[in-house]
Amino acid sequence: MESLKLSKEKLGDFVSKLTDKELLVPQKEGEALKFAPLAGEDMPELDYENTSVPPKNAVFPHTETMLQFELGKMDMQVAAGDEKEKVLLGVRPCDARAMVIIDNLFTWDVDDPYYVDKREKSTVVGLACHEPCSNCFCTSVGGGPASTEGLDVLLTDLGDSYLVQPLSEKGEVLCQAGADVLEKASDADIQGAEKAHEEAANKISRHIDTAGIPENLPSLWEHELWEEVSRSCLGCGICTFLCPPCHCFDMQDEVEGFEGRRCRTWDSCMFSEYTMHASGHNPRHSRRERTRNRINHKYSYYVDKFDVIACVGCGRCINLCPVNIDILDILSKVREAL
Amino acid sequence: MRENGNPYKPHVASIEDAWYETYGDRAIKTFKVVFDDEEIKESWEHRPGQCAMIGLPGVGESMISISSSPTEGKFLRFSVMRMGKVTQALHELEPGDKITVRGPYGNSFPVDEWKGKKIITIGGGIGQAPLRPIIEYVKANRADYEDLTIIYGSRTSGDLCFKGELEEVTSTDDVSCHLSIDVEEENWQHYVGFVPSLLMEVNPSPENAIAITCGPPIMIRFVLENLKKLNFEDEQIYTTLENRMKCGIGKCGRCNAGNLYVCKDGPVFNYATLKQVPESFA
Repeated sequence: MESLKLSKEKLGDFVSKLTDKELLVPQKEGEALKFAPLAGEDMPELDYENTSVPPKNAVFPHTETMLQFELGKMDMQVAAGDEKEKVLLGVRPCDARAMVIIDNLFTWDVDDPYYVDKREKSTVVGLACHEPCSNCFCTSVGGGPASTEGLDVLLTDLGDSYLVQPLSEKGEVLCQAGADVLEKASDADIQGAEKAHEEAANKISRHIDTAGIPENLPSLWEHELWEEVSRSCLGCGICTFLCPPCHCFDMQDEVEGFEGRRCRTWDSCMFSEYTMHASGHNPRHSRRERTRNRINHKYSYYVDKFDVIACVGCGRCINLCPVNIDILDILSKVREAL
Repeated sequence: MRENGNPYKPHVASIEDAWYETYGDRAIKTFKVVFDDEEIKESWEHRPGQCAMIGLPGVGESMISISSSPTEGKFLRFSVMRMGKVTQALHELEPGDKITVRGPYGNSFPVDEWKGKKIITIGGGIGQAPLRPIIEYVKANRADYEDLTIIYGSRTSGDLCFKGELEEVTSTDDVSCHLSIDVEEENWQHYVGFVPSLLMEVNPSPENAIAITCGPPIMIRFVLENLKKLNFEDEQIYTTLENRMKCGIGKCGRCNAGNLYVCKDGPVFNYATLKQVPESFA
């Protein structure tokens, strides 16, 4: 597909061509930066490292109504899906890859109709990273600052303009909608973007060699490292809550007046109640077991099942942990122990 | 959004009959339910060992093993221990009330592979619920199987599930039922002691046999040890795992034991497989 170019001055014009869709762009909400609908005439602000809340929220919302019912009635109705299609503008490549990773989970054996519906109705416009964060390690887990996996369009900042690369049919449709404000990219533009991609990859300062980890991680089941790395854990769950490939959820019923709904919400394997049996027995009774499961799930079980590590190296779990638990430190200890 | 085939949307079923198996804080109540929708009633198929999500709108759902065999008829039986919010609400229901059901979920006991073999079930407490469909299935297809040995125990005689029907099992040459309680009681005609000891007392031969055990984790551990003492091979031993579940279809994440999802890869596991899973008896 032909590469295009969008002058930064015309970003607003481009966005205005997409009015039939809901446009989600990174926006501040208190201390958090998250994808939210762009209001009225606002201009998308694409100058940021990464959002604190990953865009998985758009396809797998933090809270989602699954079924609705009238109090006292047994019939449950499937909640209506989104009417409008969505465009997510400015998604970092790691977060787009995460969606591809969890596509595996939500479509294996039986499709999850809520996720699949939202995913089908979303166009993901990525923004290549120029300045990776200090804890980014995407290149160690199969990604990169300009990885195109899961993206419909990739934007690369060229200074005054963006290189616009449509990558899928959805991406083509989007570019056609904005054809008036897009121009053909020159060879120099394309080379400029390639150079920027390479430079960004070289700026990534943290690395881990994952070779051998998926196959051998469970052999460290009783190793003392799990006690060591979980000792300071508070069990707050932020490492999984805001992890782009984390996908675990709880289901709860809520009743308000005569209206009831069964909804799902993000859940975390780092919470003690997550696995607690009704009897009170908990197969993962301490943070040692829960941390061990978290790392094993991402780096071994998920690889067994779907042939991909359920971690995209975005660094959020490192950045946000209140007690500075660092997944790369854990993986280094794993490496040493293997 | 696809309405048809939404895997989270449950069917409605009516309680045809309900009775208490045991009483007390953790009472067990059995529900016999029939789907309201004729089409679902006719098309529903399950195999021994499978589970279903049963619940009530506004309260929630719980994964419960189907304690009836498909050979018994176009109904489902669930034996539910009163434990948490959902099971408490279910216990309040009477014949004529309705529940929601979705499933069936999970794999099943490989009853076809077991044809021509001796079947030994070893249960403890509510663990007899997933074993009951095997017993009923084998009884309904009696010619396909060799001896059927039922070993079952609970803390007291009041804690035994399906007591009536088990006591009715007339010991013949090829069917036997051995019951136990943990401590002596007046008028108790059967064994006194723990299930693993009863197993040693019954002393079944491993020759051409399959042993299936369900019950509290501590009982399973000692039953497994004793089965090994009786020279059963790992491949001859089956058990079921239970973990907390929400979705039942391998999405919500929480029921994993190691790299296995109990809702999809289980609940039935061969011991040879389970031995490789470090978290399975946690």
